[in-house]
This record gives sequence, structure tokens and C-alpha cells, in this order.
Amino acid sequence: MKILVAIKRVVDPGVRVHPLADGSGMDIAQAKMVMNPFCEIAVEQAIRVKEQMFSSEGVASEIVVVSIGAPVVQEQLRSALALGADRAIHIATESVLEPLAIAKVLHALIQQEQPQLVLLGKQSIDGDHNQTGQMLAALCDYPQGTFASRIECNADEVLVTRELDGGLQTLALRLPAVITTDLRLNQPRFPTMPNIIKARQKPLQLIPLAELALDVQPRLQTLAIESPTLRKKGIKVSSVAELVGKLRQEAKVL
Amino acid sequence: MTATINSKSVLVVVEPDANGFSPTNLKVMGAVARLREFIGLQVDLLVVGKDCAAVTATAARIPSIRQVLVADGASGEHQLAETLAPWIANLARDYDYVLMAATTFGKNLLPRIAALMDIQPITDVVAIVSASVFQRPIYAGSALVSVTTAQPITLLSIRASSFAAVQLGDAVAPITEIVPPKMQVMSRFISQQQVRTDRPELTSARVVISGGRGLQSSENFGLLYQLADKLGAAVGASRAAVDAGFVANDMQVGQTGKVVAPELYIAVGLSGAVQHLAGMSDSHIVVAINKDPDAPIFDVADYGLVADLFDAVPELIELL
Repeated sequence: MKILVAIKRVVDPGVRVHPLADGSGMDIAQAKMVMNPFCEIAVEQAIRVKEQMFSSEGVASEIVVVSIGAPVVQEQLRSALALGADRAIHIATESVLEPLAIAKVLHALIQQEQPQLVLLGKQSIDGDHNQTGQMLAALCDYPQGTFASRIECNADEVLVTRELDGGLQTLALRLPAVITTDLRLNQPRFPTMPNIIKARQKPLQLIPLAELALDVQPRLQTLAIESPTLRKKGIKVSSVAELVGKLRQEAKVL
Repeated sequence: MTATINSKSVLVVVEPDANGFSPTNLKVMGAVARLREFIGLQVDLLVVGKDCAAVTATAARIPSIRQVLVADGASGEHQLAETLAPWIANLARDYDYVLMAATTFGKNLLPRIAALMDIQPITDVVAIVSASVFQRPIYAGSALVSVTTAQPITLLSIRASSFAAVQLGDAVAPITEIVPPKMQVMSRFISQQQVRTDRPELTSARVVISGGRGLQSSENFGLLYQLADKLGAAVGASRAAVDAGFVANDMQVGQTGKVVAPELYIAVGLSGAVQHLAGMSDSHIVVAINKDPDAPIFDVADYGLVADLFDAVPELIELL
């Protein structure tokens, strides 16, 4: 089985970021960058599917990991290779693409690679769009299992349990399918030193975005980026009785 | 379905829930009402499902709409995106705006519709600045970005907690039956575990009490339920508490969970990571109870109490 995983390089989720003073973007030039946490879960799941398909059915799988962006995204591709991906594809561009454009790029790549399973994080923690997987599934005319917390792969079908606002839903998707990963799907492993060294030898293919000849022009114009109105820091109360008094008399919410 | 001169047409995809008509729809209509402050609107609602007469009857009582379009049939039963998206994309071509709630229902469906229409949607809209300028949060709410678009159709998903609900009226809008979508074979519904609770729903509750890792165990969440019973509150949790297995995921409040904006939010044993603040910082009054005086939750709390929650919460229950 061939599994394609798309990953994104983002600011470390532990770093607090702020808009630039002129509102033109975020002040992230010096920030620590990592693989988007949801994408890490997608890479881990690909490795688990590969391990399970081999041990239960003797099926060999290949994991192809792809990222779109500047040369620095190769750091995250190498991380994915160190974790267990077999080869990497870097779609090179200096432009920041919108989700629809990213879906178009991945669609073009899927036509070349013909994977059975496509895994992505459910959202990136920078743009917070939560769109790319669904759009990719639409363009490929594949079924989609979004916000997955459990995946069970069979020969021609995958069972996906999805996390909904009011509970859990399980769907059966015909392969090939697109799945987007939620937090509880798995706990990603850490790479080992020998695997980090081995990853340097694994193939990393570079494809200039222009070679794909797609319409990736932005459809949205950003007018301003600003800080939200911050909540005013309140007061400390010294006892439960004082708290109840304030909530009743001052805030009038009880 | 061309709109009259000087007005635009809007299609709102109605979200069903376990009890029928989700109250979230009234918040989406609140966003439509806001849009109407800038431009004349002809608004159609779309109900799709199986045996959806009750949902349709409720939807028809939403004020100031042109009609409710209803597609009642087996194909719409579980609202599978693979079935609905091509069908809605086809309907949507006659409209200027398409709106849905930014719930797991809308998050799953809207981008699939958008891609089929070659439209870049704007998701999780928290403010409508004009008929063509929309604000949405990025970086877990660390920034708000205002965007505009010149695309022929504007597709929006609405963050419900940011808009006031409209009230159902007594007048009933016309109901138009339309042909349901075709069945597809690429995805099948297997099962659904619906969480049923007597408590108010998190995103619409007047009071929300959330617990964090400080609760230490699933059993200790019982304390918060006792407090919730006193206040008629919903109970939520931080990601840390969910990850630790204390409570189910659908209770998670934050960047990747639910976004709430109740009148009173009580954070108990919860540090206040940025990802959590993204889900509750629009609450009217915030109370924090934590034994760590340096916990960041105190920076956003109107009233902070530095105390051991296992002393403070029972005392609070006693005093209410």
C-alpha cells in the first residue's frame, strides 16, 4: 500500500506570537519552527498502518511525505524520514499558498503518485483554516474521513472514527481515501539517533511549483492583521465567600 | 433564483443535531442579520436529511427569510459530505453567499463544497466588517485577520459564539420541496455514538465550568458536576484533562475543541494555555480557581482565587 502524507512547517505551538506593528503579518522571523502537531500525528499513523499491514498481512507499504514551501521545509521532511517515511517530495515555492491552492498542488501530485491512502493533519496551528484535506478529497473525488480518532485499514476499505461536536461517528471509506487526523488518534514517537542518520540517505525529490503549471494565485486579500482586544486582568479574591459576593453583587451573574 | 435589484442572495445550510434543529443555526442567522446591516438580502435556508419535517418546521419560523428549501430522502440521512457536497455546490451557484456554522458539521462539509466550485472559502468568521470584509482568528486567536475577496460567490463558515442568536417568530416562511441528492458509493455510515446529557450544551450554556489537569482524575470531575448542578452549567475541560483521559474529547474547550462565550466561565485547576484561551476568552465573566498564583489563567480572569480546588469547590457548592 502506498501512503501519502502532507506536512506543514509551522511556528512551535509553545511560542507566543504577535502581529507585526504595521499589521502586515506575524512577528515570526526568529521563532522556533516545527512540524505542525496534527501533521506529526498523520506521519505516525502512516507508520503504524505500514507496520500493521506488514505484520498482519505481509503487505509491504511505502510512505511518501510531501511539503510545500521554501527550502527550509526540508528540515521537517527529514524529520518525517527519520520517523519512518521512505521518501520525501519538496514542492518548492517562496509563495504562501491558500488551502485551495495547496489542495490543487497535492491533487496534481496524487495523480502522479497514485497512493491508496492520503493522510493530513486536520488543521495547521498557524492559519487554523481546517480546509485542505476536505478540498483535496473533493478535487480527487475521494471519500474523506475528517477529524479521525481511530483508523482501521482493510484491503479495499478503511474504517474511520470521527470526533464530532456531539460524539463519535464511524464511516467506511472506499480506498483511495483522504483522512485528516485529530489529536487522540495516536501519540507520535520520537526519532532515534540511528534513524536520524539514516534519514540523510533517504531520497528527497525537489519539484519546482511552477513545473506543475497550476492556478495557485491567492483568492483572498489580507487587509489587516491585528491583536485581539485583550481581556483586562481582574482582581484576586481572598476567599470563596468573597468570590460568591463579587459574582452576586458586582458581576451580577449569579 | 435571481435576487431583486440591489439585493444579494444567501443560502444557509441548516445543521441538524440529535434533537432536531441545532440552536447553532440561530447564531448563523445572527451573522446573516449582521450582513443585512450592509446590504439587502434574499435568504433561503436549505434542510437536507431523512424525515426532517420537524427541523423544517422550526427553520420556517426564522424571521426575514424568503423560503426553506427541503430535500427529504434516504440519501441525506447522515449528511455525508461525499453525498451533499456536489449537490450543494450545484445549488450554490445561484447565490452570492453561502453560510454554514463552523462546527464539525460545517468544517467537514463547506471546504468540500468550495473546492468543487473552485472557491477559496473563509472559515471560522468571528466578525462581519462589511458586505465583503470578514474577520477570522489565526494562531489560536493570537491575532485577528481581516480578509476580503473578489470571488463571484462568498463561502463563509460562522463561529457561532461570536454572533447573537435570532429569535424564532410565529410567521411561517414558504417551504419548497426539492429533489434530494443522489446516493454515492465511496463512503458509508457505520455507527454513531451520540453523547446524551441532561446538562445544557457547552456552546449554548449560560454558565460553563471547565476543569484541567489539576482535577487529577476522572472521578474528581464529579466535583465539577455537583457545582454544575447548582448553577445549571455545562462542564468543559482543557486539552490536558482530555489527553489525560479524565473526560471525553467532546468536552474540550480550546483552539481545536469547542469555542464558548458564556456569561460566566469558571476555570478550575486549569493553567490557561494559549490553546485553551482561544476557546473561552470571549466569555463575559471569567473566574479562575488555581493553587498556582502564577498560572496564566489569572491574566484573563475577572476574579481569581488562589486556592486548592479540593477545598474551594466544595465550599463554593456549599455557599450557592
